[in-house]
Amino acid sequence: MNSWLIQNARIIDPAQKMDNKGSLWISDGLIKWIGQAGQLPPEHDYQVIDAGDLIACPGFIDLHCHLRDPGFEDKETIASGTQAAARGGFTTLCCMPNTEPAIDNQSVVDYIKLKASTEGVVRVLPIGCITQGRKGEILAEMGELADSGVVAFSDDGNPVMNSRLMRQALDYSRAFGLPVMEHCEDKVLTDGGQINEGIISTRLGLAGIPSAAEEIMVHRNIALAELTGARLHLCHLSTAGSVELVRSAKKKGLKITSEVTPHHLTLTEDLVMGYVSNAKVNPPLRTQKDIQALLEGLKDGTIDAIATDHAPHTELEKDSEFAYAPFGISILETALGMLMGLVHSGKLDIDLLISKLTCGPASILGYKHGLTGTLVIGNQADVTLVDPNMEWVVDSRTFASKGKNTPLNGTTLKGRVRMTFYRGQRVWNL
Amino acid sequence: MASNWQEDGATLQLTTKSSLSASAWRHQHIFDLDDFSTEEIDLVLHITDSMKEVLGRPVKKVPALRGKTVMTLFYENSTRTRLSFELAAKNLSADVSNLSASTSSVTKGESLIDTFLTLESLGADIIIMRHPASGAPNLAARYVKAGIINAGDGWHAHPTQALLDMYTMKAHLGRLKGLKVTIIGDVKHSRVSRSNIWGLTIMGADVTICSPPTLLPAGLNCNGPLFPQVKVQMDIEKALRDADVVMVLRLQLERMQSGLLPSLREYARLYQLNESRLTLAKPQALVMHPGPMNEGLEIASGVAHSRQSVINEQVTNGVAVRMALLYLLAGGKKA
Repeated sequence: MNSWLIQNARIIDPAQKMDNKGSLWISDGLIKWIGQAGQLPPEHDYQVIDAGDLIACPGFIDLHCHLRDPGFEDKETIASGTQAAARGGFTTLCCMPNTEPAIDNQSVVDYIKLKASTEGVVRVLPIGCITQGRKGEILAEMGELADSGVVAFSDDGNPVMNSRLMRQALDYSRAFGLPVMEHCEDKVLTDGGQINEGIISTRLGLAGIPSAAEEIMVHRNIALAELTGARLHLCHLSTAGSVELVRSAKKKGLKITSEVTPHHLTLTEDLVMGYVSNAKVNPPLRTQKDIQALLEGLKDGTIDAIATDHAPHTELEKDSEFAYAPFGISILETALGMLMGLVHSGKLDIDLLISKLTCGPASILGYKHGLTGTLVIGNQADVTLVDPNMEWVVDSRTFASKGKNTPLNGTTLKGRVRMTFYRGQRVWNL
Repeated sequence: MASNWQEDGATLQLTTKSSLSASAWRHQHIFDLDDFSTEEIDLVLHITDSMKEVLGRPVKKVPALRGKTVMTLFYENSTRTRLSFELAAKNLSADVSNLSASTSSVTKGESLIDTFLTLESLGADIIIMRHPASGAPNLAARYVKAGIINAGDGWHAHPTQALLDMYTMKAHLGRLKGLKVTIIGDVKHSRVSRSNIWGLTIMGADVTICSPPTLLPAGLNCNGPLFPQVKVQMDIEKALRDADVVMVLRLQLERMQSGLLPSLREYARLYQLNESRLTLAKPQALVMHPGPMNEGLEIASGVAHSRQSVINEQVTNGVAVRMALLYLLAGGKKA
């Protein structure tokens, strides 16, 4: 039976400015009815879920993750990645094009869409390349990619270093109304860098990645967005300086949006002490001061969305010398628990947090891929139920993701996704 | 208290001062000196004295590590460190096998962990490793029960070099506490300097580092326990003033290709330890260099071979220090 009454939950839907106790009826894959606590829907053919201790909110939207399929199926597949998403409360995933082959033509988009429809348990929206093969040399056929259904353009971890080409990419993208998502890193400056540059990189004898490497490119990309009038989305901001640059660009009225990851909001560079390669991520974990600035950025609207940058890797790859281990954290399944820590410590309001996981990213995607990120009646029923107070210990061996690479094993988190509904189907139930 | 081995007339007599007991030793592995106490460093230096005495005998061999298997595994080239460890282990009667990554299965793509598991299966009790990646010994130690001694990892640490440097200083100057030690050169990329900074500050010496700004490590002297406080002086003449010890680091020639320095000529002009600069240090100041030297670049030949230079003595002391460490590590593991 696919008719559910989620009863007496705290319903939080920031898009509708809703935060009150109530009941939600989903049926035929749609949100059919929302009523006050104690009220019942007009029909009776449903299964009741007593959600008295739970928050019901729109399914989360992840603007930035790595599903590794095609090409790196030992790290993740569309099946395992979407199952991990469901456990984390995500019903929409935008997957980055650093696959093999890269998502730079229609056939790869079609492959991902086919796989998602047959094996996936949540929505998968591919992101197409900016340049062919992510090589930063020749523009990808953005028109064909847009027609085949990509939601944005990005070369992911290969920022377009050539400023002339980036200008042209931004300019050309205007024809399709899709954002260009840029990983901001001056690769010449970071040159082999492993972790945040500072006393910890000095102590560990590892090459550092200075904040300036990110900020230089944030600044360049803002200048090029201003020059071209294109829609620019800046990925995973990690430094106080980047937040300040985006804030002033937005004040000028430029069409710029930005995201931050759960790990950059909650973890700091000292986690790598002892050469913990599971805390090796790009951009690197930074400092408390950066976390403070990122939180301010979320609150004042400088940062529009929280995106996971879920980056699964095999244990074999991560269990190598620190400098040889790949960057990335498998995070879909711990994201909400990590972020709830900010709510419990009073640093972030729950409504704001949920908005940055739902209507925030939805507004960046636009609505031509379906109306997501809100619980309006008649909409597809993407619903996540969160127990804000449930405590649990992270054990990545139990992850649905093939990527067990998290620095949080053994850590207790408070807050967990209890159920996830995607188009009215229950895809996760704890 | 005294420990005693006797076999075929060879005896190792370790007289232990009351404040220095081998029970102060807590290490199963030696990664760096950052987790050493003053007492532990004192203990190593004290046992090194006994090992020096062994090295002065006509038959330089004691049976302390008889039946133990020591393996050296070098992923980078080395002359003195590797030979020094090999001799140290042989002097203690251990069975020693040497493996270099260039002739091993590493070239067939074997992972570090698999290589170590193989060495352990072959019976290694102690593995001495050098590796170009910082932290490689820490990774290896998570997978094997054998004791691991770091013989240099990336830019991170070279603890046995720092211990032999400190032993040499103490042998000449009688103490470490309060000494002014000036380290000149590429501190940013130097594992020798990092381990010396840790060891010397733990022992109460004052460390001054002198480098061109491009070769200084990031984030020095912020508050907190993550790294010792050091004095930073970019002017070599000010840095040398009143120094008790001048330690010169090797300049890697590839630093220029990456644009950190304009030329070797300019480096020598600004940072070479030469005769006239050396006069700014204390009259009997020691001149040290971990080797191999670029004579005429970071150090003038005349200084390298001067009366004040203890560079060759550092090499000799290296064998004794490594004997002391092998002895302590094998003892710590005697279950």
